[in-house]
This record gives sequence, structure tokens and C-alpha cells, in this order.
Amino acid sequence: MNNFDYQKAATVSDVVGKSTFVAGGTNLIDLLKYNLTNAATLIDINTIGEHHDILEIEDGVRLGALATNADTAYHPIIEQRYPLLSRAILAGASAQIRNMATNGGNLLQRTRCYYFYDPHAPCNKRLPGSGCSAINGYNRNMAILGTSENCIAVFPSDMSIALSALDAIINIKSEDGERSVDFADFHRLPGDTPPIDNNLKPGEFITSIDLPLKGFAKNYSYLKLRDRASYAFALVSVATGLELDGDTIRDVRITLGGVSHKPWRVKDAEHYLIGKKADRENFSAAADIILQGAVGFAHNTFKIKLAKKAIVRNCMMALDPSTQLPGAQPSA
Amino acid sequence: MTQIGQPISRLEGKLKVTGAAKYSGEYKVPNLLYGYVVSSAITKGKIIKIHTESAEKIKGVVKIFTHLNRPGKAWFDMQYADMDAPPGASFRPLHNDEIKFNGQPIALVVAETFEAAREGASMIKVDYQETKFQTDLHSNLAAARDAKKGMATLLKPPPPKPTGDFEKAYAESDFKASGEFIHSTEHHNPMELFTTTTLYDGKGKLTIYDKTQGTINCQLYVGNVFGLHFKNVRVVSPFVGGAFGSGLRPQYQLFLSVMAALDLKRHVRVTLDRSQMFSFGHRPQTIQHTRFGATQEGKITALNHTSVAETSQFEDYTENVTNWSSMMYPADNTLFEQKLVSLDVNSPMDMRAPGGSTGLHAIEATMDEISYKLNIDPLELRLINYSTFNNAEKKPYSSKELKACYLQGAEKFGWYKRSPQPRSMSRGQKLVGYGMATGIWDAMQLPARAEAIITKDGKLHVKSAVTDIGVGTLTVMTQIAADEFGLNMEDVLFFYGDSKLPFAPIQGGSFTTATVGTAIVFASKALKKKLLKIAKTSNEAFKKAEIEEVTFKNGMMIYKDCSISFLEIINTNKDKPIRTTNFGYPHALKLRKYARAVHSASFVEVEVDQELGTIKVTRALTAVAAGRIINPKTARSQVLGGMVWSISKALMEETIMDAQLGKYINQSFAEYHIPVHADINELDVLFVQEDDKIINELGIKGVGEVGLVAMPPAIANAIYHATGKRINRFPIHFDELMES
Repeated sequence: MNNFDYQKAATVSDVVGKSTFVAGGTNLIDLLKYNLTNAATLIDINTIGEHHDILEIEDGVRLGALATNADTAYHPIIEQRYPLLSRAILAGASAQIRNMATNGGNLLQRTRCYYFYDPHAPCNKRLPGSGCSAINGYNRNMAILGTSENCIAVFPSDMSIALSALDAIINIKSEDGERSVDFADFHRLPGDTPPIDNNLKPGEFITSIDLPLKGFAKNYSYLKLRDRASYAFALVSVATGLELDGDTIRDVRITLGGVSHKPWRVKDAEHYLIGKKADRENFSAAADIILQGAVGFAHNTFKIKLAKKAIVRNCMMALDPSTQLPGAQPSA
Repeated sequence: MTQIGQPISRLEGKLKVTGAAKYSGEYKVPNLLYGYVVSSAITKGKIIKIHTESAEKIKGVVKIFTHLNRPGKAWFDMQYADMDAPPGASFRPLHNDEIKFNGQPIALVVAETFEAAREGASMIKVDYQETKFQTDLHSNLAAARDAKKGMATLLKPPPPKPTGDFEKAYAESDFKASGEFIHSTEHHNPMELFTTTTLYDGKGKLTIYDKTQGTINCQLYVGNVFGLHFKNVRVVSPFVGGAFGSGLRPQYQLFLSVMAALDLKRHVRVTLDRSQMFSFGHRPQTIQHTRFGATQEGKITALNHTSVAETSQFEDYTENVTNWSSMMYPADNTLFEQKLVSLDVNSPMDMRAPGGSTGLHAIEATMDEISYKLNIDPLELRLINYSTFNNAEKKPYSSKELKACYLQGAEKFGWYKRSPQPRSMSRGQKLVGYGMATGIWDAMQLPARAEAIITKDGKLHVKSAVTDIGVGTLTVMTQIAADEFGLNMEDVLFFYGDSKLPFAPIQGGSFTTATVGTAIVFASKALKKKLLKIAKTSNEAFKKAEIEEVTFKNGMMIYKDCSISFLEIINTNKDKPIRTTNFGYPHALKLRKYARAVHSASFVEVEVDQELGTIKVTRALTAVAAGRIINPKTARSQVLGGMVWSISKALMEETIMDAQLGKYINQSFAEYHIPVHADINELDVLFVQEDDKIINELGIKGVGEVGLVAMPPAIANAIYHATGKRINRFPIHFDELMES
């Protein structure tokens, strides 16, 4: 970590056009300590006077980018209208980290690939052209979908898996004005440009995240499978929202986490389910569609089968959300 | 009321939870310099050039030490060898341009602030000449060989010699079970980072606050390596934030801190960061094989257990993996073997229950396998093969209440509710399994000294250089000393964690309570004689008293109807304290006829999700026979810690070696998984009565390691019972249990 100047921002206009902001710092401080990020000036955006709140808006709810993950998860509006989001947030990190981490920062966190954090290991995400150590290395935690020959890193957020399923919209400000991006278009696959995680341009600033009205509060579930019960990134996670008419599926959202460089959502699978009976057989067929094209590596091929089973299980859990357990563990 | 046997809370507990306890990196020292280590980015080869120019320009950087400018130091390898050094040549930091393992310290940046030192370290670029390395045990098995012998072999004898004819007996046995068991590397990862704060006191004198399990071990090491008089080197370590074996040997931050302090004539603190704590000793990766044969009735007749472990290229670290089965089960035909493979890694070192927690998995999972083949209850199989005779040493045990562990443990756990067939128990969507296993650990005792003093105000002070690595040593030693004199805890002060105090060996192997406790008993006995002798000079009533006839209680010495207070005796002694320092030692002649061990039995219930394979250890019980329990509370905590670690070992913990890069890749607490609270459910500990009149004065055996030997295989066995799948690779990943 280098010595850097530290400034506090008062308004959004203080920060647009600039770079290296710190909000919760729950990932940035790691990156600084590992010498992966080297900012001459660090701008603290916690001191900005707005974008800290959870607000009801005309066609949904607006999450301030500077609201903490914990405040968001425990907010009555989120707990009541978007419990899927609440569940997903609470499945991530630890209580201490969630108290610090912000919603904007959550979307921008970097991968937890071992090799990315090791400054001496080849990594195309850290040092383009140096190679990918994970493809032929230890890849239990790595991606099975949307990978490229350059990078098989996974985007580690839990919150974003739910935001993807909820069709959230990201509001962005820059010197040129404001724009909104559909959640599905925000994160990127690694392709030939693994260093670029998302479509936020230099100088742009996330101000808030909008949740549309439909919150799937009646039938939802978040399931997270990992090697310990808490404080571990997902090997596979699933967010499911269901809208039912009797036992017929009227609307459905399924997003997979832990398997790709971005939240993995396949609309074909959702279309397949609409109008069908909410049962294991149909969920299983949808899971096959979602996992189409999945390719495993030496230590993570299990994720393909695990993801399919997790989708089915989580959809079944969504039929009765009371079966969900703390830590997004599989139902009893 | 006697203090021994009372569940007394740690005397230093409040200091620890309020932050008042100072660890080696927490002493406020004026004009302190900070050192940050630069670690090798390659695994094997040579340093061609170290570019220090830009680091030197960082404001506050004082000096950068490398192999080129390091001060001269000891010439001979022997002088680098510490009390716990395995055979070979101990690692010498900054010795030359040669790189022997990834993460090897190659430079120390010393600066006026920690931040400047760290920034400087990050700016150092190194040119290397890399050579081909080997870090993978599995692809180097052809190089397996016997270990060199040395001093360390005394405490870790090679496996027992073959008996009978194993191959024949195995071939002819009615029932056979065999397995290959693979264990990954593990690192100790104590919460406290390894830190040394060296105070340069002038005139070549040093006071060193070090994170260690042996103050005198570090004192001798520093004296030897830097050519200092031992009396000028004082190593202080009253609080240790966990160590688990990693503090048994001086780590390189001690060397670097002392080197810089002597060279710069300043106080210097060197702290390793978390990833650097993956660059020294570790539990070695191992591959084991077992083949056990049994009769129709379940009698084990043939035992074969082999192990191959990694070591470094410069030391032959050995842990006893295959010694245990013939200590437990009296088979006539045995064949044991332990081999090493030298790899380009740092030397492994002892880590909680070294060898035992590795070997017992293989032994107890193989026993479990046999029980299913024979259709005998796993507990019944152990009882069929029960013996109070140690077949490896051909001696009876000084005591062995393992049967009580089995029976009381099974009863309390509810073992008898188990249905025998695998996959026969379930709860909702979870398969339920019960597993059990046996544990064993050596009950060792080494010589140590202790000083006992009656102070001017009539209080008892007891002193030993021993550390308290968080296990309750301070509390337990105070209890032992208090009972010797019939005192309350408040009237006794135990001084420890300081090399200027009487000699104690490194704190490990579960031998500290027996070792230092016995020294305190010896010193107390000598002090009592002294007190009586002085009392006789002033008090007529005590003239004819023999020491055996005298009792001590509440600060009084009592003989028949007469009593004299410690204060009166001190008064007789011209108001001077009365003191004595004595050696306590094991009674070698008496003990020669006996084998000594502590035993345990663990019972585990797991739930495994039928569909997804996720594993939960829902409850576990460990029953322990460890002689006399001085403090049931701290002893229970020791066993609980071992049980939590058992869950870690069986299901989570591994340092992942990337053999292409030649380095460990999960060097952080985020990625090196140990259990979190959510992984820990119901844990129960039970101590059975075990009176050992042979082993030592107090009948102590020690409980540090025994919590981590039986439970890992019990978890594996419970998973087999739940799922019908026998996974012999640790840690067991849940995806291996996923429904096919």
C-alpha cells in the first residue's frame, strides 16, 4: 500500500470525472494492501449528503448507492416488498462487512480469484497478456459459464444476484449528465478484456439502484452453496422469484451466482417456465436450459450438476419461502 | 477447598477481553523502527539483483537489508538449530542469493513508520534466475526415502519394527479393509500475527517481545546466531494469541528484528503479514495407505500403515503418522513405514496433534470400514480389540480408562439409537449419520525448573520461563502451587513467559502441565522443607517435626496442635523472602516399565443434504481419559477447541499448493477456510475418572492435542454412515456427496 492523499467529497459533482472513490472500503482496502490498486488520491464519498436512503418512488423503490448493505437488507420496505434482496444481501460476507459495505460498492467489487490477488501470478485481469493461472491451476471457485480463454474469474456478489432477478436499474451520473442501465447490461463477460468488470465508464458515478414494483415477495428464495456456513463466497448461488396462479407459473426469475463473470440469467429458461406447472420436472428442464453451454475445468466441473440441482431446490423452496434457513442454506 | 479440580476461569481473562493484555506487537516503545519483509516471488533459483533505489527514496526508510549487506552472523548451521530443529541445516534468513521456497524472506525494509516500511517493500523489484522446482507430493512419490535421524527423533521415535508376518496374516485374514488417505497442507494461522519487538538496551543487551511457545528457545537461538551472551538476551512473551505449534521454532521475524536492532542500534519491530505466515512451518501434505485384517469375530490380526510426507530440501521434518495403531490394537502381525519426499517448500513443523491427527484418520476410518464388513457395531469392534497393553512398546499402560470413554460417551451421546446400515437414518431432506472413532496422544513429560518463594508479605510466588499460549497455563500453575501450600488463588502469583525465569522447555506436545506442574511440586516440596528448617530455629514446637508430619493451610504451617504463620517464619528469616529453585523431572526408572498415553473417543452426528450433499456436524461428543484434570474449565476449552478444529480439518481446512507456480494460493483468512460460528453446533466434552499413580506426582497427562485426534475420523465415519460414501481425502468437499 502506498501513501495517498485523502479527500472528503460533499456533493456528487465533487466526484464525477474523478477516480478511486472509497465508500465502505471493504474491497478497496484489500486491493490497496495487495498493491493491486495504487491511488494517488482517495476520495471518500461517504460524506456526500445524498444517496444514503431507501426511498419509495413512483414505479418502485430507489436504493441509495451510499446506503449500506445492512441498512438495505434490514429496511422494512426491502424486508416486506423485496425479501429476496434482503435474503441475498444477508447471505454475503459477514455482519461487520455488511455494516460497512455500500450498495454502489457491492456492484463494483472485484473478483476473489486467488490469482488476481497474487501480484506475482500471471493474471489477465490484473496484467493483460500475462496469461490466466486459473484455467490450468486450482479452479474450484471459478466460472463455468461465459468464460473466455483469457479469464475464468467469478463475480462474487450475492446482492447482485438478487438485483439481476429483480430487473433492477442502475442510475449513473457523469459530467455529461445522467443515464440508466438495465442490470443485465451492467456487468460484462471477460472476453478479450478481462480487466473490465462492468460498463461503468471512467468518471461515472453510481447514484442509486431502482427496483421495479414487482418484488416477488410471496414466492421467492435465495440459496447459497459454499464450503462453510458463512463468510465464504458462493460456489453456486441461486435467486428465484416466482409469481404463481394456483400452481401455474405466471412469471419467474432465476439468476445464478458463483458461476460466471456476471450474474447469470437466461431469459429462455424463464419463458419456458411461464404458463407451466410449478414442479420439479419443469424446474429441472429450466435448469438444463440455464446451464446450456456450461464448461467445467479440472476442479469445478461439479458446479454444472450442482447448479442444476440448486436451481430445482431453490425453486421448490420459493414455493414455500418459510423453508429458507439463515445463511441461505438448503432447506431442512 | 483444594484448587485442583476447580473450574476456575482464566486469571488473565479480563485482561484479554478488555484489550489490556499486551501482545508482542503492542508494546508502546519510543523511537521504534518498523521492518517489513520482502518475500521471494519465485520458488527456486537465485537472486540476480535486488533493485532498492526507489524504495530508499520513500520518506522514512532507514535501511534495506538484503543478503548483500546483512551483518555477519553465525557460520555454522548448528548455531541456527533451535530446540525443536529437525535433522538437517536450519534455514538462515538473508544468508545468500539462493531461493529455497516461495515466500522466502529476501529483504527487510526498515523505516520510521510501518507505512513507510510497507510502501518501501512494495517498491522493491527483484531479478531472479529461476530453476525447475518440485512442490507436488503426488508426482514425486518415487523419491520417497527414510528420514534422517537426529535430536528430534528422541521425542518422535520411528514406527515400531515389523512383528509377525503381516503379508501372510493379511492374505489369510477373514475380513480385510484398506484405503488410501490424502491430506492437504495446513497452516497454523493463529489469530495474532507473528511479531517481534526488539528493544536495543545498549551495551549489546536486548529485551525481545516475541510471539513464541518457548522464551528460552528463542533466547538460546538469538544468543547462538548473533554471538551474544545469553544473559544479555531476554525474551518476554506473556501473552500469545494462539500458536498451535507455529511458535515452537523461532520464526524469521525474530532473526530479522534482532539483526536490524543490533545493526542500527535502535528498537525494531518486525511483523509478518497474513500471507507471509504461509511462508514458514506447516502441517505437511501426506499420503497414507492402510491394510487391516480381522478374524470372523472381529479380532484385528494384521496391521499395515504407511505414510509419505513432504519435507523441505534442507531439513527432515518428521511427524509420527504410523506409530499409533499398534499402540491401540494388539495385532500380532504388523508392518509400519514412514517416508519423506523433499520438495521445494519451507520445512514443515509441528501443528496441533502432529502426526496423530493425520494417522488416526486412516486408522479409525479403516477400523470403521472393517466394522461394516463384519457387520459389527463400530464401538463393539473397538471393545473386541481393547487392550490396556501397548503392543508397540510391549508395556502396560500406566493407566488407560478408554473403555470408560467408550461406554460413558456412547451413553451420553445416544449411540445406541444408531441404526446399523448406511443411509438408513434421515430427517426431512437430510441423511443422518452417526460415526465414532478412538483418539490417542502421548502423555509426555520433560524436565523443567521452577522457583518457589515465600515473599516478605507471606505470599507465594512461583516462577517459570514457560509461556501460556492461551491454554490456561497461568491459571493451572497457580492452582497447583496454591494446593501445595493450602492457599487461596489470591495468595499465589505465577510469573511466566520470560527467559530470565527458571528453565522450561518449549510449550507443546501436551506436556506442559505435567512438565512445569511437576517442577512446581518439586520446588514447593523443597520450599516447605526450608520453611520448616527456619521455623525450627525460632519455634520450639516444631523442633521435632518431620516434613511429612507438617501440613500447610491458609498461610500457616501446622504440626500437631501448633501452627506458625508464613509471616512469622519470614520474621525469623530476618524479614527476607525464602526461596528455592528446583528441577522437576519424570521418574525415568519407574516409568520405564510403562507406556503412557491419553485416550479419547469421539461420537459425531452429521446431516447430509440428500440432493446437494451439504454437510452439517449437528452434534458431537468427545470423552477424554487424561489422568487428573487440574482445571475442568480450561481443559474443556482445550478439547472444545480441538473439536472445532476437527470440523475444520475434516471439512474445510487446506492450504492449496499450485504446483505450476510452486506456491500456496489461498493465503488469507477469506480463502483459507476454518469454521465460523454458523458451522458449530452442539459440542460436548466429558472427562472420565482416571487415577494414574505412576505417571507423575499429580497424575497429570495433558489435554492439548487429544481433542483433535478422534473427531476428524469420527466425522468421516458419520458421513459414511449417512451416505454410504467413504471419502478418504481431507477436507471432504460436499460436492463429493452430491446425489448422482
